[in-house]
Amino acid sequence: MTSTDIAESTTTGVHVSGLTKSFKSPQGPVHAVRGIDLRIDVGETVALLGPNGAGKSTTIDMVLGLTKPDAGRIELFGRAPADAIAAGSVGGMLQVGGVIPDLNVRELLDMMASLYPNPLGVTEVVELCRIDDLVGRKTTKLSGGQTQRLRFAIALIANPDLLILDEPTVAMDVEARRQFWTTMRQFATRGKTVIFATHYLEEADEYADRIILMARGSVVADGPATEIKAHVGLRTIRATLPGADVAALATLPGVTNVDTRGEAVILNCSDSDTALRALLPAYPTARDIEVTGAGLEEAFLQLTGDETEEAA
Amino acid sequence: MTTMTGAAYIKYELLRTVRNKRAFIFSLIFPIVLYFLIAAPQRGNKFLDKYGISAPQYFMVGLLGFGTMIAAMSSGARIAAERQAGWNRQLRITPLTPRTYFRAKVLSSYLMAIVSIVLLYASGLSLGVRLHPVDSWFKMTGLILVALVPFAALGIALGHLLTNDSMGPAMGGITSIFAFLGGTWFPVTGGGFYANLCKGLPSYWLTRAGHIGLGSTSDPWGSRGWLTIAVWGVVCVAFARWAYKRDTGRV
Repeated sequence: MTSTDIAESTTTGVHVSGLTKSFKSPQGPVHAVRGIDLRIDVGETVALLGPNGAGKSTTIDMVLGLTKPDAGRIELFGRAPADAIAAGSVGGMLQVGGVIPDLNVRELLDMMASLYPNPLGVTEVVELCRIDDLVGRKTTKLSGGQTQRLRFAIALIANPDLLILDEPTVAMDVEARRQFWTTMRQFATRGKTVIFATHYLEEADEYADRIILMARGSVVADGPATEIKAHVGLRTIRATLPGADVAALATLPGVTNVDTRGEAVILNCSDSDTALRALLPAYPTARDIEVTGAGLEEAFLQLTGDETEEAA
Repeated sequence: MTTMTGAAYIKYELLRTVRNKRAFIFSLIFPIVLYFLIAAPQRGNKFLDKYGISAPQYFMVGLLGFGTMIAAMSSGARIAAERQAGWNRQLRITPLTPRTYFRAKVLSSYLMAIVSIVLLYASGLSLGVRLHPVDSWFKMTGLILVALVPFAALGIALGHLLTNDSMGPAMGGITSIFAFLGGTWFPVTGGGFYANLCKGLPSYWLTRAGHIGLGSTSDPWGSRGWLTIAVWGVVCVAFARWAYKRDTGRV
Protein backbone atom coordinates (compact mmCIF):
# COMPACT_ATOMS: atom_id res chain seq x y z
CA MET A 1 0.00 0.00 0.00
CA THR A 2 1.47 3.37 -1.01
CA SER A 3 1.10 6.53 1.00
CA THR A 4 -1.52 7.85 -1.45
CA ASP A 5 -3.62 4.77 -0.86
CA ILE A 6 -3.50 5.33 2.87
CA ALA A 7 -4.47 8.96 2.47
CA GLU A 8 -7.34 7.89 0.23
CA SER A 9 -8.56 5.20 2.59
CA THR A 10 -9.00 7.72 5.37
CA THR A 11 -11.25 9.97 3.27
CA THR A 12 -13.07 7.35 1.23
CA GLY A 13 -16.14 6.07 2.98
CA VAL A 14 -17.47 3.71 0.36
CA HIS A 15 -15.43 2.30 -2.50
CA VAL A 16 -17.11 0.02 -5.00
CA SER A 17 -15.46 -1.31 -8.13
CA GLY A 18 -16.68 -3.56 -10.92
CA LEU A 19 -19.77 -4.56 -8.94
CA THR A 20 -21.90 -7.06 -10.86
CA LYS A 21 -24.93 -9.14 -9.91
CA SER A 22 -27.33 -11.30 -11.89
CA PHE A 23 -30.30 -13.27 -10.66
CA LYS A 24 -31.79 -16.40 -12.14
CA SER A 25 -35.35 -16.14 -13.34
CA PRO A 26 -37.62 -18.39 -15.42
CA GLN A 27 -37.09 -15.98 -18.31
CA GLY A 28 -33.32 -16.34 -18.08
CA PRO A 29 -30.75 -14.35 -16.10
CA VAL A 30 -31.69 -10.88 -14.90
CA HIS A 31 -28.72 -8.53 -14.91
CA ALA A 32 -29.62 -6.39 -11.90
CA VAL A 33 -26.26 -4.64 -11.56
CA ARG A 34 -23.87 -4.44 -14.50
CA GLY A 35 -20.47 -3.31 -13.35
CA ILE A 36 -20.68 -0.30 -11.03
CA ASP A 37 -17.77 1.83 -9.82
CA LEU A 38 -18.32 4.34 -7.01
CA ARG A 39 -16.23 6.31 -4.61
CA ILE A 40 -18.06 8.14 -1.85
CA ASP A 41 -16.13 10.34 0.54
CA VAL A 42 -16.54 10.40 4.29
CA GLY A 43 -19.16 13.01 5.19
CA GLU A 44 -20.90 13.03 1.81
CA THR A 45 -24.66 12.65 1.49
CA VAL A 46 -25.36 10.81 -1.73
CA ALA A 47 -28.64 9.93 -3.40
CA LEU A 48 -28.94 6.80 -5.50
CA LEU A 49 -31.60 7.95 -7.90
CA GLY A 50 -33.35 5.75 -10.39
CA PRO A 51 -36.63 4.17 -11.39
CA ASN A 52 -37.77 0.79 -10.09
CA GLY A 53 -35.53 -1.93 -11.44
CA ALA A 54 -32.52 0.37 -11.78
CA GLY A 55 -30.48 -1.85 -9.45
CA LYS A 56 -30.47 0.52 -6.45
CA SER A 57 -31.65 -2.02 -3.88
CA THR A 58 -29.41 -4.77 -5.21
CA THR A 59 -26.45 -2.41 -4.98
CA ILE A 60 -27.38 -1.44 -1.43
CA ASP A 61 -27.85 -5.08 -0.42
CA MET A 62 -24.36 -5.86 -1.72
CA VAL A 63 -22.82 -2.85 0.05
CA LEU A 64 -24.47 -4.08 3.27
CA GLY A 65 -23.20 -7.61 2.72
CA LEU A 66 -26.73 -9.01 2.44
CA THR A 67 -26.24 -10.18 -1.14
CA LYS A 68 -23.05 -11.69 -2.50
CA PRO A 69 -21.82 -9.97 -5.67
CA ASP A 70 -21.02 -12.08 -8.74
CA ALA A 71 -17.96 -9.91 -9.25
CA GLY A 72 -16.43 -6.72 -7.92
CA ARG A 73 -15.06 -5.28 -4.72
CA ILE A 74 -16.69 -3.31 -1.92
CA GLU A 75 -14.85 -1.48 0.84
CA LEU A 76 -16.47 0.49 3.66
CA PHE A 77 -13.89 2.71 5.35
CA GLY A 78 -11.20 0.51 3.83
CA ARG A 79 -12.71 -2.68 5.21
CA ALA A 80 -14.86 -5.51 3.91
CA PRO A 81 -18.60 -4.87 4.54
CA ALA A 82 -18.82 -7.70 7.08
CA ASP A 83 -15.94 -6.24 9.09
CA ALA A 84 -17.37 -2.71 9.02
CA ILE A 85 -20.73 -4.10 10.16
CA ALA A 86 -19.12 -6.18 12.92
CA ALA A 87 -17.38 -3.01 14.12
CA GLY A 88 -20.76 -1.27 14.34
CA SER A 89 -19.88 1.39 11.75
CA VAL A 90 -22.95 0.83 9.60
CA GLY A 91 -26.60 1.60 10.18
CA GLY A 92 -29.27 0.69 7.67
CA MET A 93 -32.92 1.07 6.91
CA LEU A 94 -33.83 -1.62 4.40
CA GLN A 95 -36.56 -1.23 1.84
CA VAL A 96 -38.86 -3.91 3.17
CA GLY A 97 -39.11 -4.80 6.77
CA GLY A 98 -41.20 -4.81 9.86
CA VAL A 99 -40.21 -4.89 13.47
CA ILE A 100 -40.51 -7.69 16.01
CA PRO A 101 -43.52 -8.00 18.33
CA ASP A 102 -43.74 -8.39 22.13
CA LEU A 103 -41.72 -5.27 22.98
CA ASN A 104 -42.52 -1.60 23.21
CA VAL A 105 -40.64 0.99 21.17
CA ARG A 106 -38.26 1.96 23.96
CA GLU A 107 -37.42 -1.67 24.72
CA LEU A 108 -36.74 -2.47 21.07
CA LEU A 109 -34.44 0.55 20.76
CA ASP A 110 -32.64 -0.46 23.94
CA MET A 111 -32.28 -4.01 22.64
CA MET A 112 -30.79 -2.82 19.36
CA ALA A 113 -28.52 -0.31 21.08
CA SER A 114 -27.05 -3.17 23.13
CA LEU A 115 -25.62 -4.68 19.95
CA TYR A 116 -23.35 -1.72 19.17
CA PRO A 117 -20.06 -0.69 20.73
CA ASN A 118 -20.79 3.04 20.61
CA PRO A 119 -24.56 3.56 20.33
CA LEU A 120 -26.53 6.76 20.73
CA GLY A 121 -28.64 6.88 23.85
CA VAL A 122 -32.27 5.84 23.50
CA THR A 123 -33.40 9.26 24.74
CA GLU A 124 -31.20 11.02 22.19
CA VAL A 125 -32.53 8.96 19.28
CA VAL A 126 -36.11 9.40 20.44
CA GLU A 127 -35.56 13.15 20.48
CA LEU A 128 -33.71 13.18 17.16
CA CYS A 129 -36.43 11.18 15.42
CA ARG A 130 -39.24 12.93 17.30
CA ILE A 131 -40.88 9.69 18.34
CA ASP A 132 -41.43 10.55 22.00
CA ASP A 133 -45.15 9.96 21.40
CA LEU A 134 -44.35 6.35 20.45
CA VAL A 135 -41.87 5.16 23.10
CA GLY A 136 -44.40 3.42 25.35
CA ARG A 137 -46.32 1.87 22.48
CA LYS A 138 -46.14 -1.77 21.51
CA THR A 139 -44.28 -2.24 18.23
CA THR A 140 -47.30 -4.03 16.82
CA LYS A 141 -49.57 -1.04 17.48
CA LEU A 142 -47.83 1.34 15.05
CA SER A 143 -49.10 2.61 11.71
CA GLY A 144 -47.05 2.11 8.56
CA GLY A 145 -45.52 5.57 8.80
CA GLN A 146 -44.80 5.19 12.53
CA THR A 147 -43.09 1.85 11.87
CA GLN A 148 -40.89 3.60 9.30
CA ARG A 149 -39.94 6.22 11.87
CA LEU A 150 -39.07 3.49 14.36
CA ARG A 151 -36.99 1.69 11.74
CA PHE A 152 -35.15 4.93 11.08
CA ALA A 153 -34.50 5.28 14.80
CA ILE A 154 -33.12 1.72 14.83
CA ALA A 155 -30.74 2.65 11.99
CA LEU A 156 -29.59 5.74 13.89
CA ILE A 157 -29.16 4.12 17.30
CA ALA A 158 -26.04 2.39 15.98
CA ASN A 159 -24.50 5.87 15.80
CA PRO A 160 -23.09 4.68 12.46
CA ASP A 161 -20.37 6.34 10.42
CA LEU A 162 -22.24 5.15 7.33
CA LEU A 163 -26.01 5.41 7.19
CA ILE A 164 -27.75 3.61 4.33
CA LEU A 165 -31.44 4.23 3.65
CA ASP A 166 -33.30 2.31 0.95
CA GLU A 167 -36.38 4.30 -0.13
CA PRO A 168 -36.95 5.37 3.45
CA THR A 169 -39.96 7.64 3.03
CA VAL A 170 -42.21 5.18 1.22
CA ALA A 171 -45.03 4.81 3.77
CA MET A 172 -44.78 8.37 5.15
CA ASP A 173 -47.14 11.29 4.69
CA VAL A 174 -45.89 14.73 3.68
CA GLU A 175 -45.30 15.96 7.21
CA ALA A 176 -43.52 12.77 8.27
CA ARG A 177 -41.30 13.02 5.19
CA ARG A 178 -40.31 16.55 6.01
CA GLN A 179 -39.45 15.57 9.57
CA PHE A 180 -37.58 12.53 8.38
CA TRP A 181 -35.31 14.53 6.09
CA THR A 182 -34.71 17.16 8.75
CA THR A 183 -33.50 14.43 11.11
CA MET A 184 -31.38 12.84 8.39
CA ARG A 185 -29.63 16.15 7.68
CA GLN A 186 -29.14 16.83 11.36
CA PHE A 187 -27.44 13.46 11.67
CA ALA A 188 -25.39 13.97 8.50
CA THR A 189 -23.91 17.20 9.87
CA ARG A 190 -22.11 15.13 12.51
CA GLY A 191 -19.63 14.16 9.78
CA LYS A 192 -21.54 11.03 8.81
CA THR A 193 -21.64 9.45 5.38
CA VAL A 194 -25.18 8.94 4.13
CA ILE A 195 -26.41 7.02 1.09
CA PHE A 196 -30.09 6.97 0.31
CA ALA A 197 -32.01 5.40 -2.55
CA THR A 198 -35.01 7.16 -3.97
CA HIS A 199 -37.00 7.47 -7.14
CA TYR A 200 -37.99 11.05 -6.42
CA LEU A 201 -35.79 13.66 -8.11
CA GLU A 202 -37.07 16.29 -5.63
CA GLU A 203 -35.83 14.29 -2.62
CA ALA A 204 -32.47 13.65 -4.23
CA ASP A 205 -32.12 17.28 -5.31
CA GLU A 206 -33.11 18.73 -1.97
CA TYR A 207 -31.29 16.46 0.46
CA ALA A 208 -28.19 15.10 -1.30
CA ASP A 209 -24.84 16.76 -2.01
CA ARG A 210 -24.42 14.45 -4.92
CA ILE A 211 -26.67 12.33 -7.06
CA ILE A 212 -25.74 9.01 -8.61
CA LEU A 213 -28.23 8.30 -11.32
CA MET A 214 -28.83 4.62 -11.99
CA ALA A 215 -30.79 2.94 -14.73
CA ARG A 216 -30.91 -0.68 -15.83
CA GLY A 217 -28.11 -1.75 -13.54
CA SER A 218 -25.60 0.92 -14.52
CA VAL A 219 -24.60 4.36 -13.33
CA VAL A 220 -25.74 6.75 -16.06
CA ALA A 221 -24.74 10.00 -14.38
CA ASP A 222 -22.87 11.01 -11.25
CA GLY A 223 -22.37 14.52 -9.98
CA PRO A 224 -23.60 17.42 -7.87
CA ALA A 225 -27.39 17.69 -7.61
CA THR A 226 -27.58 20.78 -9.82
CA GLU A 227 -25.64 19.11 -12.60
CA ILE A 228 -27.77 15.97 -12.54
CA LYS A 229 -30.89 18.06 -12.40
CA ALA A 230 -29.85 19.83 -15.60
CA HIS A 231 -29.05 16.44 -17.07
CA VAL A 232 -32.39 14.89 -16.29
CA GLY A 233 -34.33 18.12 -16.01
CA LEU A 234 -35.51 17.78 -19.56
CA ARG A 235 -38.27 20.00 -20.82
CA THR A 236 -41.48 19.49 -22.68
CA ILE A 237 -43.00 21.93 -25.13
CA ARG A 238 -46.74 21.73 -25.41
CA ALA A 239 -48.60 23.66 -28.10
CA THR A 240 -51.94 23.69 -29.89
CA LEU A 241 -51.18 22.89 -33.51
CA PRO A 242 -54.10 21.34 -35.47
CA GLY A 243 -53.19 18.87 -38.21
CA ALA A 244 -49.52 18.77 -37.31
CA ASP A 245 -47.17 16.35 -39.05
CA VAL A 246 -45.71 14.32 -36.20
CA ALA A 247 -42.85 12.90 -38.23
CA ALA A 248 -41.77 16.35 -39.40
CA LEU A 249 -41.96 17.79 -35.87
CA ALA A 250 -39.72 15.00 -34.60
CA THR A 251 -36.95 16.16 -36.95
CA LEU A 252 -36.75 19.63 -35.35
CA PRO A 253 -33.45 20.30 -33.60
CA GLY A 254 -33.54 19.65 -29.85
CA VAL A 255 -36.64 17.46 -30.06
CA THR A 256 -36.30 13.83 -29.01
CA ASN A 257 -39.84 12.63 -29.57
CA VAL A 258 -43.35 13.83 -30.29
CA ASP A 259 -46.74 12.91 -29.00
CA THR A 260 -50.21 14.27 -29.73
CA ARG A 261 -53.27 14.83 -27.55
CA GLY A 262 -56.09 15.83 -29.87
CA GLU A 263 -55.10 19.18 -31.34
CA ALA A 264 -52.17 19.54 -28.95
CA VAL A 265 -48.66 18.35 -29.68
CA ILE A 266 -46.17 17.44 -26.98
CA LEU A 267 -42.49 17.72 -27.85
CA ASN A 268 -40.03 16.08 -25.47
CA CYS A 269 -36.84 18.04 -25.77
CA SER A 270 -33.23 17.60 -24.87
CA ASP A 271 -32.80 21.31 -25.63
CA SER A 272 -36.10 23.19 -25.45
CA ASP A 273 -34.60 26.60 -26.31
CA THR A 274 -33.29 25.39 -29.67
CA ALA A 275 -36.46 23.45 -30.31
CA LEU A 276 -38.64 26.49 -29.65
CA ARG A 277 -36.56 28.72 -31.96
CA ALA A 278 -36.98 26.16 -34.71
CA LEU A 279 -40.64 25.50 -34.01
CA LEU A 280 -42.00 29.04 -34.26
CA PRO A 281 -40.74 29.98 -37.77
CA ALA A 282 -41.65 26.56 -39.15
CA TYR A 283 -45.12 26.48 -37.59
CA PRO A 284 -46.36 30.07 -37.19
CA THR A 285 -49.88 28.82 -36.33
CA ALA A 286 -48.70 27.14 -33.11
CA ARG A 287 -50.38 28.73 -30.10
CA ASP A 288 -50.98 28.23 -26.33
CA ILE A 289 -47.30 27.32 -25.99
CA GLU A 290 -46.14 25.96 -22.63
CA VAL A 291 -42.64 24.87 -21.67
CA THR A 292 -42.41 22.62 -18.62
CA GLY A 293 -39.78 20.48 -16.92
CA ALA A 294 -40.28 16.83 -17.73
CA GLY A 295 -40.91 14.23 -15.07
CA LEU A 296 -38.10 12.01 -13.92
CA GLU A 297 -39.58 8.92 -15.51
CA GLU A 298 -39.51 10.58 -18.93
CA ALA A 299 -35.98 11.74 -18.28
CA PHE A 300 -34.92 8.19 -17.46
CA LEU A 301 -36.49 6.88 -20.62
CA GLN A 302 -34.54 9.40 -22.65
CA LEU A 303 -31.31 8.57 -20.87
CA THR A 304 -31.68 4.85 -21.18
CA GLY A 305 -33.02 4.73 -24.72
CA ASP A 306 -36.09 2.55 -24.35
CA GLU A 307 -38.53 1.54 -21.68
CA THR A 308 -38.23 -2.24 -21.80
CA GLU A 309 -37.15 -3.07 -18.29
CA GLU A 310 -34.78 -5.96 -18.22
CA ALA A 311 -33.67 -5.60 -14.62
CA ALA A 312 -36.08 -6.48 -11.85
CA MET B 1 -20.05 -6.88 20.73
CA THR B 2 -18.95 -7.87 24.18
CA THR B 3 -20.36 -10.62 26.37
CA MET B 4 -22.16 -8.06 28.51
CA THR B 5 -23.99 -6.47 25.57
CA GLY B 6 -24.91 -9.94 24.36
CA ALA B 7 -26.53 -10.44 27.75
CA ALA B 8 -28.77 -7.39 27.24
CA TYR B 9 -29.85 -8.70 23.85
CA ILE B 10 -30.63 -12.13 25.33
CA LYS B 11 -32.56 -10.53 28.18
CA TYR B 12 -34.94 -8.87 25.73
CA GLU B 13 -35.31 -12.07 23.68
CA LEU B 14 -36.37 -13.89 26.85
CA LEU B 15 -38.74 -11.07 27.76
CA ARG B 16 -40.29 -11.40 24.31
CA THR B 17 -40.62 -15.14 24.83
CA VAL B 18 -42.68 -14.85 28.00
CA ARG B 19 -44.82 -12.10 26.47
CA ASN B 20 -45.72 -14.08 23.38
CA LYS B 21 -49.38 -14.91 23.94
CA ARG B 22 -49.80 -17.28 21.04
CA ALA B 23 -46.86 -19.47 22.05
CA PHE B 24 -48.03 -19.29 25.63
CA ILE B 25 -51.48 -20.59 24.81
CA PHE B 26 -50.52 -23.29 22.33
CA SER B 27 -47.28 -24.50 23.84
CA LEU B 28 -48.04 -24.15 27.55
CA ILE B 29 -51.74 -23.96 28.25
CA PHE B 30 -52.84 -26.59 25.74
CA PRO B 31 -50.95 -29.52 27.40
CA ILE B 32 -52.24 -28.41 30.82
CA VAL B 33 -55.84 -28.30 29.65
CA LEU B 34 -55.36 -31.70 28.06
CA TYR B 35 -53.89 -32.96 31.31
CA PHE B 36 -56.81 -31.88 33.44
CA LEU B 37 -59.32 -33.20 30.89
CA ILE B 38 -57.70 -36.64 30.93
CA ALA B 39 -56.35 -36.98 34.45
CA ALA B 40 -58.89 -35.23 36.66
CA PRO B 41 -61.86 -37.56 35.92
CA GLN B 42 -59.62 -40.62 36.48
CA ARG B 43 -58.29 -39.74 39.90
CA GLY B 44 -59.65 -42.95 41.35
CA ASN B 45 -58.57 -45.27 38.51
CA LYS B 46 -58.13 -48.73 40.12
CA PHE B 47 -56.30 -50.33 37.19
CA LEU B 48 -53.31 -48.04 37.52
CA ASP B 49 -53.47 -48.23 41.34
CA LYS B 50 -52.47 -51.90 41.09
CA TYR B 51 -49.03 -50.77 39.92
CA GLY B 52 -48.75 -48.19 42.66
CA ILE B 53 -49.18 -45.38 40.14
CA SER B 54 -52.12 -43.01 40.26
CA ALA B 55 -53.78 -41.86 37.03
CA PRO B 56 -52.77 -38.19 37.59
CA GLN B 57 -49.16 -39.33 37.99
CA TYR B 58 -49.27 -41.54 34.89
CA PHE B 59 -50.71 -38.85 32.66
CA MET B 60 -48.49 -36.10 34.08
CA VAL B 61 -45.46 -38.11 33.02
CA GLY B 62 -47.07 -38.93 29.67
CA LEU B 63 -47.79 -35.31 28.84
CA LEU B 64 -44.38 -34.18 30.03
CA GLY B 65 -42.67 -35.51 26.92
CA PHE B 66 -45.27 -34.08 24.57
CA GLY B 67 -45.58 -30.69 26.27
CA THR B 68 -41.86 -30.04 26.62
CA MET B 69 -41.24 -31.12 23.04
CA ILE B 70 -43.74 -28.56 21.74
CA ALA B 71 -42.34 -25.89 24.05
CA ALA B 72 -38.73 -26.56 23.05
CA MET B 73 -39.56 -26.31 19.35
CA SER B 74 -41.65 -23.15 19.75
CA SER B 75 -38.72 -20.84 18.92
CA GLY B 76 -38.93 -22.08 15.36
CA ALA B 77 -42.37 -20.55 14.81
CA ARG B 78 -41.11 -17.19 16.04
CA ILE B 79 -38.01 -17.38 13.85
CA ALA B 80 -40.19 -18.03 10.80
CA ALA B 81 -42.37 -15.02 11.69
CA GLU B 82 -39.30 -12.81 12.18
CA ARG B 83 -37.88 -13.90 8.84
CA GLN B 84 -41.18 -13.07 7.16
CA ALA B 85 -41.07 -9.57 8.64
CA GLY B 86 -37.55 -9.13 7.25
CA TRP B 87 -36.17 -8.83 10.77
CA ASN B 88 -33.31 -11.25 10.17
CA ARG B 89 -32.01 -8.98 7.41
CA GLN B 90 -32.07 -6.11 9.87
CA LEU B 91 -30.13 -8.21 12.40
CA ARG B 92 -27.57 -9.14 9.77
CA ILE B 93 -26.53 -5.51 9.42
CA THR B 94 -25.78 -5.29 13.14
CA PRO B 95 -22.70 -6.63 14.97
CA LEU B 96 -24.85 -9.42 16.47
CA THR B 97 -22.83 -12.63 16.21
CA PRO B 98 -24.45 -15.93 15.15
CA ARG B 99 -23.26 -17.31 18.50
CA THR B 100 -25.27 -14.78 20.51
CA TYR B 101 -28.21 -15.17 18.16
CA PHE B 102 -28.27 -18.96 18.69
CA ARG B 103 -27.69 -18.62 22.40
CA ALA B 104 -30.74 -16.36 22.68
CA LYS B 105 -32.91 -18.71 20.64
CA VAL B 106 -31.83 -21.82 22.54
CA LEU B 107 -32.38 -20.11 25.89
CA SER B 108 -35.86 -19.00 24.76
CA SER B 109 -36.66 -22.59 23.85
CA TYR B 110 -35.45 -23.81 27.22
CA LEU B 111 -37.31 -21.11 29.06
CA MET B 112 -40.51 -22.28 27.40
CA ALA B 113 -39.70 -25.92 28.21
CA ILE B 114 -38.97 -25.13 31.86
CA VAL B 115 -42.19 -23.16 32.27
CA SER B 116 -44.03 -26.06 30.65
CA ILE B 117 -42.42 -28.51 33.12
CA VAL B 118 -43.22 -26.34 36.13
CA LEU B 119 -46.85 -25.93 35.05
CA LEU B 120 -47.30 -29.68 34.56
CA TYR B 121 -45.67 -30.50 37.91
CA ALA B 122 -47.88 -27.94 39.64
CA SER B 123 -50.94 -29.42 37.93
CA GLY B 124 -49.84 -32.91 38.99
CA LEU B 125 -49.29 -31.80 42.57
CA SER B 126 -52.74 -30.22 42.61
CA LEU B 127 -54.21 -33.61 41.66
CA GLY B 128 -52.29 -35.33 44.45
CA VAL B 129 -49.16 -36.58 42.62
CA ARG B 130 -46.31 -37.38 45.03
CA LEU B 131 -42.98 -38.88 43.97
CA HIS B 132 -40.76 -41.04 46.16
CA PRO B 133 -37.97 -40.36 46.72
CA VAL B 134 -38.46 -36.59 46.38
CA ASP B 135 -35.27 -36.16 44.35
CA SER B 136 -36.99 -38.05 41.51
CA TRP B 137 -38.48 -34.68 40.50
CA PHE B 138 -35.01 -33.27 39.92
CA LYS B 139 -33.54 -36.34 38.24
CA MET B 140 -36.50 -36.50 35.89
CA THR B 141 -36.24 -32.79 35.09
CA GLY B 142 -32.50 -33.01 34.43
CA LEU B 143 -32.82 -35.90 32.03
CA ILE B 144 -35.73 -34.25 30.20
CA LEU B 145 -33.70 -31.08 29.68
CA VAL B 146 -30.90 -33.15 28.13
CA ALA B 147 -33.37 -34.98 25.89
CA LEU B 148 -34.71 -31.65 24.60
CA VAL B 149 -31.42 -30.59 22.95
CA PRO B 150 -32.28 -32.16 19.56
CA PHE B 151 -35.78 -30.66 19.64
CA ALA B 152 -34.62 -27.15 20.43
CA ALA B 153 -32.11 -27.37 17.57
CA LEU B 154 -34.69 -28.87 15.21
CA GLY B 155 -37.12 -26.02 15.96
CA ILE B 156 -34.47 -23.44 15.07
CA ALA B 157 -33.57 -25.31 11.87
CA LEU B 158 -37.18 -25.45 10.71
CA GLY B 159 -37.66 -21.78 11.57
CA HIS B 160 -34.90 -20.93 9.10
CA LEU B 161 -36.12 -23.30 6.38
CA LEU B 162 -39.90 -22.96 6.34
CA THR B 163 -42.25 -20.06 5.77
CA ASN B 164 -44.41 -18.68 8.53
CA ASP B 165 -47.51 -20.24 6.94
CA SER B 166 -46.11 -23.75 6.71
CA MET B 167 -44.65 -23.63 10.21
CA GLY B 168 -47.90 -24.49 12.05
CA PRO B 169 -48.73 -27.66 10.08
CA ALA B 170 -45.07 -28.74 10.03
CA MET B 171 -44.69 -28.37 13.79
CA GLY B 172 -48.01 -30.10 14.46
CA GLY B 173 -47.11 -33.00 12.18
CA ILE B 174 -43.56 -33.44 13.41
CA THR B 175 -44.42 -33.29 17.11
CA SER B 176 -47.33 -35.72 16.61
CA ILE B 177 -45.15 -38.26 14.81
CA PHE B 178 -42.35 -37.94 17.34
CA ALA B 179 -44.81 -38.23 20.22
CA PHE B 180 -46.66 -41.18 18.72
CA LEU B 181 -43.56 -43.19 17.77
CA GLY B 182 -41.79 -42.12 20.95
CA GLY B 183 -44.34 -43.86 23.11
CA THR B 184 -45.98 -40.77 24.56
CA TRP B 185 -49.48 -42.08 23.90
CA PHE B 186 -48.97 -45.85 23.70
CA PRO B 187 -46.08 -47.72 25.31
CA VAL B 188 -43.47 -49.16 22.95
CA THR B 189 -43.06 -52.86 23.72
CA GLY B 190 -41.13 -55.83 22.37
CA GLY B 191 -37.91 -55.86 20.37
CA GLY B 192 -39.05 -56.05 16.74
CA PHE B 193 -38.33 -53.67 13.90
CA TYR B 194 -41.03 -51.22 14.99
CA ALA B 195 -39.76 -51.08 18.58
CA ASN B 196 -36.19 -50.59 17.38
CA LEU B 197 -37.30 -47.82 15.08
CA CYS B 198 -39.01 -46.12 18.02
CA LYS B 199 -35.96 -46.56 20.21
CA GLY B 200 -33.91 -44.74 17.59
CA LEU B 201 -35.95 -41.56 18.15
CA PRO B 202 -35.11 -38.87 20.73
CA SER B 203 -38.78 -38.68 21.73
CA TYR B 204 -38.62 -42.28 22.95
CA TRP B 205 -35.86 -41.36 25.38
CA LEU B 206 -37.61 -38.15 26.29
CA THR B 207 -40.61 -40.25 27.30
CA ARG B 208 -38.31 -42.69 29.11
CA ALA B 209 -36.80 -39.79 31.08
CA GLY B 210 -40.28 -39.20 32.43
CA HIS B 211 -40.42 -42.80 33.62
CA ILE B 212 -38.32 -41.77 36.59
CA GLY B 213 -41.57 -40.27 37.73
CA LEU B 214 -43.16 -43.71 37.47
CA GLY B 215 -40.63 -45.27 39.81
CA SER B 216 -38.11 -46.36 37.16
CA THR B 217 -34.44 -46.95 38.02
CA SER B 218 -32.22 -43.92 38.50
CA ASP B 219 -30.89 -44.22 34.93
CA PRO B 220 -33.75 -45.14 32.60
CA TRP B 221 -31.55 -44.53 29.53
CA GLY B 222 -28.49 -46.73 29.73
CA SER B 223 -25.76 -46.31 27.14
CA ARG B 224 -28.22 -46.76 24.25
CA GLY B 225 -30.32 -43.83 25.42
CA TRP B 226 -27.39 -41.51 25.96
CA LEU B 227 -25.90 -42.45 22.61
CA THR B 228 -29.19 -41.92 20.75
CA ILE B 229 -29.72 -38.49 22.31
CA ALA B 230 -26.07 -37.53 21.65
CA VAL B 231 -26.28 -38.53 17.97
CA TRP B 232 -29.60 -36.74 17.46
CA GLY B 233 -28.23 -33.72 19.30
CA VAL B 234 -25.15 -33.48 17.10
CA VAL B 235 -27.15 -34.04 13.90
CA CYS B 236 -29.88 -31.52 14.77
CA VAL B 237 -27.39 -28.84 15.85
CA ALA B 238 -25.51 -29.34 12.57
CA PHE B 239 -28.84 -29.16 10.72
CA ALA B 240 -29.71 -25.89 12.49
CA ARG B 241 -26.32 -24.40 11.60
CA TRP B 242 -26.71 -25.48 8.00
CA ALA B 243 -30.25 -24.05 7.82
CA TYR B 244 -29.10 -20.73 9.30
CA LYS B 245 -26.17 -20.53 6.91
CA ARG B 246 -28.33 -21.37 3.91
CA ASP B 247 -30.92 -18.81 4.97
CA THR B 248 -28.55 -15.95 5.71
CA GLY B 249 -25.47 -16.73 3.65
CA ARG B 250 -23.45 -16.37 6.83
CA VAL B 251 -21.04 -18.74 8.49
